[in-house]
Amino acid sequence: MAIADLANPARFLAFADRTIPWLGGVAVIAFAFGINQAMLAPDDYQQGATVKIMFLHVPGAWLGMLGWGVMTVAALGTLVWRHPLADVTAKATAPIGAAFTLMCLVTGSLWGRPTWGTYWVWDARLTSVLLLFLLYLGVIAVWRTVEDPSRAARAAAILTLVGAIDLPIIKFSVEWWNTLHQPASVMRMGGSTIDKSILIPLLIMTVAFTLTFATLVLAAMRNEILRRRVRTLRLIQASAAS
Amino acid sequence: MKPLAAILFRDMRIAVRVGGGALMGVLFFVVVVTLVPFALGPDLALLKRVGPAILWLAALLASLLALDRLFAADHDDGSLDLILMGRAPLEIVVATKGLAHWLSTGLPLVIAAPLIGLSLNLDGPAAAALVLTLLVGTPALTFIGLIGAAIAVTLRRGGLLLAVLVLPLCVPVLIFGVAAANAAVGGTVPFGTPFTILCALTLASLVVGPFAAAAALRQEME
Repeated sequence: MAIADLANPARFLAFADRTIPWLGGVAVIAFAFGINQAMLAPDDYQQGATVKIMFLHVPGAWLGMLGWGVMTVAALGTLVWRHPLADVTAKATAPIGAAFTLMCLVTGSLWGRPTWGTYWVWDARLTSVLLLFLLYLGVIAVWRTVEDPSRAARAAAILTLVGAIDLPIIKFSVEWWNTLHQPASVMRMGGSTIDKSILIPLLIMTVAFTLTFATLVLAAMRNEILRRRVRTLRLIQASAAS
Repeated sequence: MKPLAAILFRDMRIAVRVGGGALMGVLFFVVVVTLVPFALGPDLALLKRVGPAILWLAALLASLLALDRLFAADHDDGSLDLILMGRAPLEIVVATKGLAHWLSTGLPLVIAAPLIGLSLNLDGPAAAALVLTLLVGTPALTFIGLIGAAIAVTLRRGGLLLAVLVLPLCVPVLIFGVAAANAAVGGTVPFGTPFTILCALTLASLVVGPFAAAAALRQEME
């Protein structure tokens, strides 16, 4: 079954009904494994056990950015290719991506207090991630303010494409500016600089969170399709009654 | 050229009349800047330090005010439909409206800034640098605001949504504008560094703004 087959909402619902339980189950197993590995991972020689906040903070950051990336592709799907489920994807992903970005900001803030001595600092990385969170809230506001879903989809799509400039800014902010936030240590030229004993649990937790993200997005898309059906039925009922 | 000139002069004439954006924008700017010493206290040294930042913030908020009605007024009286059906490319028309907005709202702010800046103890090189950064930066605020104005065009109370959408996008302009204004009076960074980045942001917004706003208008008006 190609991606094109899933453009049909009914087929997508069938696909989602089959996939979501399995995806969720695998996510739970991955979490069990990941949390176990995280517990067994050694403490950092400087930070102690607080280094383990990284296992929440980094996946949150990556998934917050992945969320906007998915929304950008969906925006292109709406504006360029007119894919039927593109705006459903965009609307479903926005709150989930925003939640992961918020998790990144909050866990990072709690991590910063004991290690940096401050809950917040206006350096480039933190500022650009906070901007990403505000852009997420802006897109969610557009979805909720414009009544016609397809009009809202196109307005949100344009905003998503304009806001996509924030993603490379976040990624390269620690290189372009002098930041308190540390430079890249996982995805960099020349390989990762984190010790394997912490890197492996981090990657497992990332996989677990990504599976959760996928499950939540599929479930949200299913909800949105059903919501639109209810809306259509209500409109038909209202016009039949009048 | 003639339809563009017509749109430009029409927008500017509407803006300077009562109910347009021009006078209200400058008035709001002056009022906000006047409020600040009541909140911060009359310490002149402190006011001089935060002066450029306050003036930039007030300029940003004042620019937002008039954006609200930029497309909505034309949508209400039907001229937006005529513009969309016309022969001039929509991107150019949107850019012309942006230019009219800047000439009627942004440029008066730039002229008023050094005068009201005196109340914040801002004079000499500080005021000159501030005026230069505002001159370069207020077009960016206008053209980025075009995007939000276009997205919010069909909404009843689109003003707040417009602010929510536009303000995160204007943050880089604000950061580098204030950095440049502060760099001129001292500090380790030379004035040129944030100023050239500010120029780059403005040039980019002059292109991205009209294209995104035109795309949004086409989608909204279908």
